[in-house]
Amino acid sequence: MNSLAMAREPDARASAAVMLKIDNLSAWYAESKVLHGMSFDVREGELLTLIGRNGAGKTTTLRSIVGIVQKRTGSIRFRDEELVGKRTFQIARLGIGYCPEERAIFSSLSVRENLFLPPVLREGGMTDEQLYATFPNLKARAGSQGTKLSGGEQQMLAIARILRTGSRLLLLDEPSEGLAPVVVKEIGEIIQRLKAQGFTIVLVEQNLRFARMVADRHVVVENGKVVDILSNAELEADMGRVKSYLGV
Amino acid sequence: MFEGISTQLLFGQVLLGLINGSFYAMLSMGLAIIFGLMSVVNFTHGAQYMLGAFIAWLLLNYLGIGYWPSLVLAPVLVALTGMVLERLLLRPLQGLDHLYGLLATYAVALIVEGLVRYKYGSTGLPYDNPMPGGINLGFMFLPYYRLWVVVFSLVTCIGTWILIEHTKLGAYLRAANEKPQIVETFGINVPKMMTLTYGFGVGLAGLSGVLAAPIYQVSPSMGSSLMIVVFAVVVIGGMGSIVGAAITGYMLGLVEGLTKVFYPEAASVVIFMFMIISLYLRPAGIFADKESV
Repeated sequence: MNSLAMAREPDARASAAVMLKIDNLSAWYAESKVLHGMSFDVREGELLTLIGRNGAGKTTTLRSIVGIVQKRTGSIRFRDEELVGKRTFQIARLGIGYCPEERAIFSSLSVRENLFLPPVLREGGMTDEQLYATFPNLKARAGSQGTKLSGGEQQMLAIARILRTGSRLLLLDEPSEGLAPVVVKEIGEIIQRLKAQGFTIVLVEQNLRFARMVADRHVVVENGKVVDILSNAELEADMGRVKSYLGV
Repeated sequence: MFEGISTQLLFGQVLLGLINGSFYAMLSMGLAIIFGLMSVVNFTHGAQYMLGAFIAWLLLNYLGIGYWPSLVLAPVLVALTGMVLERLLLRPLQGLDHLYGLLATYAVALIVEGLVRYKYGSTGLPYDNPMPGGINLGFMFLPYYRLWVVVFSLVTCIGTWILIEHTKLGAYLRAANEKPQIVETFGINVPKMMTLTYGFGVGLAGLSGVLAAPIYQVSPSMGSSLMIVVFAVVVIGGMGSIVGAAITGYMLGLVEGLTKVFYPEAASVVIFMFMIISLYLRPAGIFADKESV
């Protein structure tokens, strides 16, 4: 494992530099406003979840960060760069990896082609050996058509392909969605391993149990706003507080 | 059964069918590549084919540049003008209904054809055959140039197929055909890729034009008359299916040639009958994958 991350304790993380700072972010799909002034930040090496009901604006938040949603106001600062106003490909090149909810595996590409499609943008990405060690299934099925994989394997592929690129900030949209519990557990372990390797991760998650298993902090989103931010310890101590937001 | 038909006629028409098929294949391949990535039905394609032939003619008659250099120069020039067109006209239309791109490219086709007709008239301009002579195969006479056209077009189609199916560049193209936004999140400049792809597609049209110049006469309408058939080919093969477009092109060229032998009256409609049948049986095209239906 990466020594850089091993020594890092939760306290150290709390004082780590802010990697992504979102300030008063609003975003629109065509004419309808979906985000209404979101503010939160993500620290270097942290694993942060966005939790909230369906339609709260979690996915839109990720899509705004990577610029798929182009109409946005406010500020998204990644290290020293302002992302609002930049095109998606420019944002990606700064070192932000995005794994969409629908996984977006390409059916006209083989598993291998899917995996190696994203170009290496900067140093520090996983090597091919590391990738295949983390995702042995993908090696076995490298020649298959991308969409012939099982749901879990497609999810692994969608995560794996952004690890080679040298992106240090990963935006993962509901990787546990629609998967069997045993696969969810496996993906949880992979995400924890990525965190241990020093990746900074923003995870959109509806599955509270999954979120608790992996995260440092939780940002609760409701109607396009941040209504609460709590550490994992706070979440454990007061599950009722979050469950009331989620309406479960 | 086929008594009244001489082998001479049969093979002559098969060759002619292959020649026509070569042009259908190259043109519809370019159309399919452009449509796949940009969802633009490029109605300028015929004019760009004509432009390829015309540039070759201009290069020869004004600058003394012959066929072989033109085979490279003219397509490059057509590709460059195409890329300018894409940036100025097509990019602003991205994201709008397909109809806008279709109408815009159709308008450009009319303008280009009109300008050429205005300056050089509508009668065909001759272009000398760079490979005169031929070989007597016993059952037929095979002109070298026609052989060259068939071989060159096959090489071009197979080369394009390899480029798209078996290279990294092609993988980007295929991926961007499916999910352009996701490809962009990998740091790929998809708009630039569209410009280059459009340039490549219309470059193929320009290349076909140069190839055609010595066979057909160079005239402003040489593209538009061919394009009607080429669009039928693309519809039968499946819009956006690149391999399908090429195979269908050759196949229908042959079908057309053979129809001329066995039932000449139907030769000009046989492709459209195929189109109707294929639309009826497989509306998305013979080679379309199920997902795009």
